[in-house]
Amino acid sequence: MDHDPKSLSCREFQSQLPDLIGSGADLENHPHLQSCNLCRALLNDLETIAEAARQLFPIQQPKDTLWDRIESAIREEESSQPEAE
Amino acid sequence: MPRTRSRNRTPVAPRPEAVFRPVPAIEIREPAKKVEQSPAVLSDAEILTRAQAGDHQAFAHLYSLHKRRIYSLCLRMVGNVAEAEDLAQEAFLQLHRKIATFRGDSAFSTWLHRLSINVVLMHLRKKGLPLTSLDEAMEPSFDDGPGRSFGAPDLSLTGSIDRLALERAVAALPAGYRLIFVLHDVEGFEHNEIAAMLDCSVGNSKSQLHKARLKLRDALRISLRQGGR
Repeated sequence: MDHDPKSLSCREFQSQLPDLIGSGADLENHPHLQSCNLCRALLNDLETIAEAARQLFPIQQPKDTLWDRIESAIREEESSQPEAE
Repeated sequence: MPRTRSRNRTPVAPRPEAVFRPVPAIEIREPAKKVEQSPAVLSDAEILTRAQAGDHQAFAHLYSLHKRRIYSLCLRMVGNVAEAEDLAQEAFLQLHRKIATFRGDSAFSTWLHRLSINVVLMHLRKKGLPLTSLDEAMEPSFDDGPGRSFGAPDLSLTGSIDRLALERAVAALPAGYRLIFVLHDVEGFEHNEIAAMLDCSVGNSKSQLHKARLKLRDALRISLRQGGR
C-alpha cells in the first residue's frame, strides 16, 4: 500500500523506521520530518545512540587466571586422547 | 558466515614439557620470557603455523595476542564477567581443537572472532534464550515502541549521551535485544550477517535492533530526567 509521505501519520512513519535507518535513504529531507518535530527528535536520538555505540565497551583485560584455566583444560583434553602415532 | 569447520584437527602429541606461560599481549616482538626459538622472533604467520602444528608455546602466544579482544567480545554479548570468562575459555578451547582447520580464507582474527561469536550463541541457546523467536512476525508494537517515548525536544539525547549510562542501559537490555544491538551497532555486523548467525530474517534483525535502540532511548531519557548523567 502506497502512502503519500507527506500524509504519513507518526505511527506509519515510525513503522518504516527500522527499514529506513541505515538504508542510505535521505531521511533528513523526508517529507514527514519537515513537519514533525517529534519524529525528527526520535530519529536524531536513535542515530545518536547508534553513533555512540561505536565508542562503547572499551577493550578489557581478562584475569590472569583465565590462561591457567585454559591451559589446564587443554592438558586435560590431551591426556584423555589416545597417543598420536 | 563461515561456520566453524569439522574437527579433523591434526593430532597433538602430549608434550607436557612444552606448556608455557603466555607472554604479555601485543608485545609480540618483545616477549616477557626468553625461550629457545621464541615466537617473538617469528612472524604472526609463523606463530600461527606453529600453533597449528601443536606448538603450545605458539598457542600461548596466540592467546596473548587475542585474549583481550575475545574476552571483551564475550563480555559485551553477555554482560556478565563470570560468564564472559567461561565463554572466553570455551572459545580458546575451541580454537585449540580447530586451529588446524584454519585455511586462511579470511584473516585469522576474523575467523577467531566468528568462532567466538558462535560459542556465545551456542551458550545462549543452551541457556534458553529464544533466538528463534526473533523471527516472529514483524509488527509495529506501539506498546513497546516509539509512541510512548515521545517527549519534548528539550529531552533530546543529541550530544548528551554519557558512555557509562549507555553501557548500563545496554547491560540492562533483554538478552535478545542486547545481542543484536551489540552485533550491529558495536561490532559492526550487517543485518544479513546477523540474520545468518541467528537464523532469523533480515527484517527481524532490523526490527529487533530498532526496538533495542528505542529501549535504550527510553532508559537514557529517564537517566537524563533524573539527572543521573
